[in-house]
Amino acid sequence: MGWQRKILRVDLTAGTSTVEPLNMEWANAYLGERGLATKYLMESMNPAADALSPENVLIFATGPLTGTMASTSGRYAVVTKGPLTGAIACSNSGGKFGAELKFAGYDLLIVHGRSEKPVYLHIVDDEVEIVDAAPVWGTSCWNTEEWLKGHHQDPLLKVASIGVAGENLVRYACVINDLHRAAGRSGVGAVMGSKQLKAVAVRGTKGVTVDDPKRFMAVVAETKAKLWDDPGRRGLEKYGTNAMIDNMHGWGGLPTRNSQQVQFEGTEKINARAMRATGEDGHRNLVTNKACFGCTIACGRIAKINPTHFTVVNRKEYRHASGGLEYETAFAFGAECGIDDIDALTFANFIMNEQGMDPISFGGTLSAAMELYENGVITDADTHGVPLNFGNAEALTIMAEKTGRYEGFGRVLGMGSKRLAEKYGRPEVSITIKGQEIPGYDARALQGMGLGYATSPRGACHMKHDVFEQDMDDVSGNGKAKPCKDSQDRIAAVDSTGLCWFTTSAWGLEEFAVQVDAACEGEWTAERLTQVGERTFNMERRFNLAAGLTRADDTLPQRFLQTPAPSGTAEGKVNELDKMLPAYYRERGWTDDGVPTNETLSRLRV
Amino acid sequence: MHKALLIDPQKCTSCMQCELACSFEHTGAFNPARSRIKIFEFEHGARSIPYTCTQCEEAWCLHACPVEAITVNLATGAKEVDPNVCVGCKVCTIACPFGTINYSADTGKVVKCDLCGGNPQCAEACPTGAITYVDASWTGLDRMRASAVAAHAPGA
Repeated sequence: MGWQRKILRVDLTAGTSTVEPLNMEWANAYLGERGLATKYLMESMNPAADALSPENVLIFATGPLTGTMASTSGRYAVVTKGPLTGAIACSNSGGKFGAELKFAGYDLLIVHGRSEKPVYLHIVDDEVEIVDAAPVWGTSCWNTEEWLKGHHQDPLLKVASIGVAGENLVRYACVINDLHRAAGRSGVGAVMGSKQLKAVAVRGTKGVTVDDPKRFMAVVAETKAKLWDDPGRRGLEKYGTNAMIDNMHGWGGLPTRNSQQVQFEGTEKINARAMRATGEDGHRNLVTNKACFGCTIACGRIAKINPTHFTVVNRKEYRHASGGLEYETAFAFGAECGIDDIDALTFANFIMNEQGMDPISFGGTLSAAMELYENGVITDADTHGVPLNFGNAEALTIMAEKTGRYEGFGRVLGMGSKRLAEKYGRPEVSITIKGQEIPGYDARALQGMGLGYATSPRGACHMKHDVFEQDMDDVSGNGKAKPCKDSQDRIAAVDSTGLCWFTTSAWGLEEFAVQVDAACEGEWTAERLTQVGERTFNMERRFNLAAGLTRADDTLPQRFLQTPAPSGTAEGKVNELDKMLPAYYRERGWTDDGVPTNETLSRLRV
Repeated sequence: MHKALLIDPQKCTSCMQCELACSFEHTGAFNPARSRIKIFEFEHGARSIPYTCTQCEEAWCLHACPVEAITVNLATGAKEVDPNVCVGCKVCTIACPFGTINYSADTGKVVKCDLCGGNPQCAEACPTGAITYVDASWTGLDRMRASAVAAHAPGA
């Protein structure tokens, strides 16, 4: 148990849905969520297929602990081929949708093909309908969720949907669930749009059972107690992820003005303290914190825009509370675009959630456009008169809306930074890896982070490795290969359980293993979880190689490799990828070209 | 001493641990659809409010039941449904002014909070203290203390 042992497979071309038993051999080898979906994806499609073609397959995957009383049990992952990267995409999300899909009785929902007209899926336990989405096509995620609950007279319905951005195949469109939780990266929402699938609306009443209930309850009580007392958890609860911005600013690792700088002088105006501060007019950005399903961390921010701010002064509809700034949004809209207006950042973040876009990639794309604007490559004629200078808060909010609605210059921004920079003949201003915009860590100031960027299966990403401590201990590229590899495997295992990575400040793989062991049949140890992680990572690599990616794609933007950091801890340094990468391939048991050797694959039974 | 569930929505993060615990206690599965306590979210999640039966002294459900399936647990004060007697007529669900007794299509009976026999699992599971199980005669104690501080010892 833990697993529901059922897969729901929907073919949108044929308009059919079928239920099949979960392949337990695969579940035992890949556990769930990220790992299991990777295996199913590999077996369900040709990795060389175009990400936006009907041949791409879109998987919503829960893990064996999703929906249980383990802390942070609300996670699900969207796994598909990413249109931003051309590589495997695995974007995980919290909120309540994932647990609901599990309660309806499914471990995985696998979507094939392309519908002729826009549709949504309505799933109530065993009843699965493919329904005409005409009433909500062309509208936002927020409207779609509200309409579906009203139309089905079911306020308990849980919804994952795309906005206008996803419908129009914005390359970094995401899937939004529960209004402001996102399977954010690599353009998984554009894949949904390409299939003309507007939403998945689900109600589940079957519940989840575990293999050894008594032991499971004892084990989760212990792991929850351990998590509760953890200082990392307490920091996330009080300050959210944006506590990080001060660290990165101080360290000199905060990507600023399209990574031309590594420290942002406006940090104090957009950091976690600024979110918590009450202004002279009595307004406070942060309203409260909020948990995802099952989560005893509660790092989510709920925020309000100052009602006198230019973004909402004439627009009452954006004055309600909604998802607030995470570190990645504060960095991408703030430092990377040189903007220190917290209300403008919060407004643009609302638009990201409303229309379903990844704020990291949007911010990274806008900052590249801003650099080109300041260099005179992009002009007012391109932007229809909106000056795209760094620091222009109004430009941020206008362009967020234009991209969300796929209008004007928003159509260019919707291409992502790599395609935008190529269009203007200046590829070097795109701060991307495998076409995906960087998160908020400069790869010169955090060398191991850079190695993680270069080798992550989905391109630039901060969620697939954790070399933070080693990067703080040593600013060179020395000794980063093994911790990078080990953390990638560890996180791939965590991502396959149905729980959240933010627990790992308190929990090692032992804590995950005892929970999985009590929930699932068979014997689950930390060692077995490590194998699941390494197996998953190698399977993702195989997908990417079959998709046509090569060693040449395991690289970093020129700016990180050739232009020394202008200030901070790493002043004068560039990223030492040339030194780290060969060592990393050796650690992995891959050839000099980054291909897993036969020995490695047979050792891992991939 | 009778105890009562005390709910402080200010502390609720909407984490659902209470609904998971309630459903597990009563059905053996983690299944919020079968929980007798529900969390309601308002204004895009700015406020989350857990709500369940307050165990009315003169309980409408108890008086409405035509077959006397609802009785008072003298140890806890909980109004409990005996599923062996309940006929699933749903009159109690109409009588309850608060909506906290509901019909379960699974069993054909009504279900409501029974305080888990005196050890309510929702309060046990709540990580933030939004749900506590306290002296039924003094559910206002914390607010009374806060008011006392506000009136006479600001800053204390």
